[in-house]
Amino acid sequence: MTDATISNADAPLLAADGTPLKEKLALTTRRMKMRAFLLTVPLVLFLILSFVLPIGQMLYRSFHNPAGSNVMPNFAKAIKGWDAEQGTPGDDIIKIFVTDMAAARKNREVGKTIGNLATRVNYEIPGSRSLFTKTARRAGKITEGPYFDALVKIDKRWDNPNLWRTLQRVTEDYTLSFYLAATDRKYDETGSIVLADELYRIYLPILWKTIWMSALITALCFIIAYPVSYLLSTLPLRTSNLLMILVLLPFWTSLLVRTSAWIAMLQKSGIINNVLVYLQIIADESRIQMIYNITGTVIAMVHILLPFMILPLYSVMKTIPPSFMRAARSMGASNTYAFTKVYFPQTIPGIAAGTLLVFILAIGYYITPALVGGSDGLLISNLIADHIKKTLNWSLGAALGTILLVVVMVFYWIYNKLVGVDNLKFG
Amino acid sequence: MTFTEKCKTRGFYTLIGAALLFLVYTQSFVGMVGFLIIFGIPYFAMHDLPLYATTKDKIGKYIFLAVCTMIFIFLITPILIIIPLSFNAEPYFTFTEGMMSLDPEAYSTRWYEDIWRFGMTAPDGTENWWGDMWNNATWIRAMRNSFFLAIVSTILATGFGTLAALGLSRPEMPFRSAITSLLISPMIVPLVITATGMFFFYGGTMQGIIPGYEKGLANTYLGLTLAHATLGVPFVIITVTATLSGFDRSLIRASEGLGANGWTTFTKVIMPLITPGMISGALFAFITSLDEVVAVIFLANVDQRTIPRQMFSGLREQISPTILAVATILVLMSILLLTTVELLRRRSERLRGLSPG
Amino acid sequence: MKLTKLLASTAVGAAIALGSVAAQAADLTIVSWGGAYTKSQVEAYHKPYIAKTGTNVRSEDYNGGIAEIKAQVEAGNVTWDIVDVELSDAVRACDEGLLETIDHSTLPAGADGTPATEDFLEGTLYDCAVANIVWSTIFAYDGSKIADGPKTMGDFFDLAKFPGKRGLRKGAKVNLEFALIADGVAAADVYDVLSTPEGVDRAFAKLATIKSEVVWWEAGAQPPQMLADGEVTMTTAYNGRIFNAVAGEGKPFEIVWDGQIWDLDLWVIPKGANNKDTAFDFLKFSTATEQLAAQASYISYGPARKSSSPLVGKYHNKDIDMGPQMPTNPTNLANAVQSNFEFWADNADQLNERFNAWLAK
Repeated sequence: MTDATISNADAPLLAADGTPLKEKLALTTRRMKMRAFLLTVPLVLFLILSFVLPIGQMLYRSFHNPAGSNVMPNFAKAIKGWDAEQGTPGDDIIKIFVTDMAAARKNREVGKTIGNLATRVNYEIPGSRSLFTKTARRAGKITEGPYFDALVKIDKRWDNPNLWRTLQRVTEDYTLSFYLAATDRKYDETGSIVLADELYRIYLPILWKTIWMSALITALCFIIAYPVSYLLSTLPLRTSNLLMILVLLPFWTSLLVRTSAWIAMLQKSGIINNVLVYLQIIADESRIQMIYNITGTVIAMVHILLPFMILPLYSVMKTIPPSFMRAARSMGASNTYAFTKVYFPQTIPGIAAGTLLVFILAIGYYITPALVGGSDGLLISNLIADHIKKTLNWSLGAALGTILLVVVMVFYWIYNKLVGVDNLKFG
Repeated sequence: MTFTEKCKTRGFYTLIGAALLFLVYTQSFVGMVGFLIIFGIPYFAMHDLPLYATTKDKIGKYIFLAVCTMIFIFLITPILIIIPLSFNAEPYFTFTEGMMSLDPEAYSTRWYEDIWRFGMTAPDGTENWWGDMWNNATWIRAMRNSFFLAIVSTILATGFGTLAALGLSRPEMPFRSAITSLLISPMIVPLVITATGMFFFYGGTMQGIIPGYEKGLANTYLGLTLAHATLGVPFVIITVTATLSGFDRSLIRASEGLGANGWTTFTKVIMPLITPGMISGALFAFITSLDEVVAVIFLANVDQRTIPRQMFSGLREQISPTILAVATILVLMSILLLTTVELLRRRSERLRGLSPG
Repeated sequence: MKLTKLLASTAVGAAIALGSVAAQAADLTIVSWGGAYTKSQVEAYHKPYIAKTGTNVRSEDYNGGIAEIKAQVEAGNVTWDIVDVELSDAVRACDEGLLETIDHSTLPAGADGTPATEDFLEGTLYDCAVANIVWSTIFAYDGSKIADGPKTMGDFFDLAKFPGKRGLRKGAKVNLEFALIADGVAAADVYDVLSTPEGVDRAFAKLATIKSEVVWWEAGAQPPQMLADGEVTMTTAYNGRIFNAVAGEGKPFEIVWDGQIWDLDLWVIPKGANNKDTAFDFLKFSTATEQLAAQASYISYGPARKSSSPLVGKYHNKDIDMGPQMPTNPTNLANAVQSNFEFWADNADQLNERFNAWLAK
């Protein structure tokens, strides 16, 4: 063995079983990596099923809406090649349209009824729903051509190339319509994209409002959390642990409990108004409206999100030795100077972690604005929920959700770059 | 200075004087108590200022402490205030005059009785009263649903989560950052989006995804459990990896060197050390599920209403102090859980020699 | 060992939890709007039906809309057997194939033997839905607080004459009609005007005159509570809820019928309901002459059958004639609008979007 090593200095080192040591090491490392990875596999698979696929489905729904081709499969194929610039389609296409309509009228299968198509077209041309249900009722009676004239006899609106242009667009399975709607845009009569009438613009304004309200809430949380975290980090461990409970208790208390508490505090006959009236600061008639508006939403959300700011700030501040400040002071720095030049810069990692986390959580909030937001404290999440649960415009809800998801993911990415997800901690 | 010494200083007399002036001016005893809390606490909290501190420093420190006091009051008052409010004899969300003057008539436990009476077909009936309550009382049903979901989803989340955390905390873990980001994301992605996705996905057929199950998962306990387990996972990952981050890996080698096999090492060395973290994570997952309402709104039918869901519709439609009675119970439970987690955290720190104890 | 103990106790806990939700399955789940309305149905329909058949009935509340029905039908897991819905929702759900179709000839004939198709009021029978009552959105005020109260819809919008907060349902429907009536449009022309862009502008402009004073409500139980708490001086509301607050709790509320908008509530059966057959049986039972008339003694909603009207008597435990309390009473119909479901099916999406944008400004 010694001989071999001496006589062949260039030969690779060998492990006990004769394989080169480098290979053996690589194999072991690979095996260990594999073992570590395998431990995470069950959870990753679980999340793919219960989380990733559902969100993927939402993304897919936002641009995939097969209502048109489901209800009128033959017409969808026939209208594909038609050129809208040449007026209304030929009678051969319209014949297929009429037969498909008549068939759809009889169909009771969920997702393939005439109502599904009517709903879909109504998103593009408001007020056209009854045109489809009415026409479908009579389509079965049209037995011979010219089919176009028969349709126009039912309703004059059929004699409009732009209606057929919309139908052509609607019978395609993949569409951008819902993204346009989600950004307050639409296709006009001639098929080009225009901004919606000002009176109907809602989604972009609410999205901006959501973003600035989240920024405001984050800023308030920061202003409130900074002194408290500083205090907690400078107190002796026993005292700070005790005070920490005051921070952690809200964190552990149900969101609904805290929201009900704020309703009790802020409403017109609530505790704060009562105290103000009692102290004769305001008169009984001029009680302040503090809830069911933006004010109420901001107050309740600051309270709810505050622990998410305090905890990261505290954990960073705890690591800053108090001797730094003393050193700065002893070298003649003023309090303000020592704070801004020595202490504050060291807390920036905590600030980044706290503000980003609070902002990300605030931007997607739903429950609190829904309960205390009234009519002007609504956020984008509330509109999404409305479209899913009330108006049933699921595709639009999905498109709005996708836009919100993208915004949140951008900030999550920044958070990951600046702070790192492994630095998240509670308590 | 001790407490009694502080009570003999000029500053203390000034404080009392100011409070009395406040009482005379506002004629409100409650107001004076508030005044004393906000300005008295910082006064007593002022200590160990360095000898060179100037008057300006002292005033600054005093203001700082007063501000912190107010912030702590802001944090804790809303939570404590609901406890007395829930004993209101009147159906209001506010203190009545009688309550303020501590009139025993103004207090009652009727809203607590409402928790089991509301929804019963015959709350005063005698025949099969317990069965009636168990099956029909709205809040009791909500509690059963809540606890069922919380327990089952916690077991799922903790099981999967701990396993994954063990993998993530190994130094040789590949793609650690990417996988951690994925596993944490249920906490980051807005609940409305997660719930919308689940609403679509669970609403569709599960054919080909879950073998032998053709229906959708919406309106089923299975669907809700999966949803809640998903939302609890990040909390388990965060707490268990935090416990493991201070874990001395040489203990494993020592154990192996002493001849223990993998299983023995796991049960005798690793488990005892990570159990506190695991339980904390489980409690986090538990409280997350117990508190979760968005997924329930999207995925559950009326039969599966949970406590927060019931509170949500109560707050939207017909505000009744029963909500406050339920809230009080939930607050007491949070205090219990928080205490447990704090004790566990300290125990774990002690075990790993990180904290003086 | 500790670990095994932990695992064992977890397993026991899980077993208890699993056992605790295994609730008894109902033979029939009936879903309606809650509050006084559901109570009237329980008295008039559910209780006699349980007495007759011994069915295990479960009554659930909801807030309207067809989202839940759609979700259940698409998931193929339909736990709601029969649902009380508004007309526009019934028509849309039927169009989208979410409901069972109902053969009108199987409905019971009237007490005098008239076939059901003739006994029901015109426009109350649909492919998938059978109406049970006529209800109405009116506005009401607290008579003990306003002596010489409002008389017309115009007064509701007159902040100078009657200062104070107003309660309105959050949404475009009903409010736009009210605004036009208050602005002087005749009841018969409301939907013609509303079908033009100028008409919509006019309605929103009228609403804007009181916007700053409006408190928006969402659930039917809210308006009586808001009036009682003094949160609003007058509010729109479902007429039955106000009547019940007056008759049941002795509240001093007054209803103004001028400009009332009446609508139907109908029974529908979601497609593939778990207990479909029982649901059909219950539907036939509850829409018989006698049951519809009985319901009218618990709440002031008009029965959908002609043969029920003569049977309508007094409130169940008070000496109040129910006839004049019905939306269909001729004097109450003087300046009334029938909610136009076709208009709302066509325009709800767009008008609600505009309403939300208007609200957010």
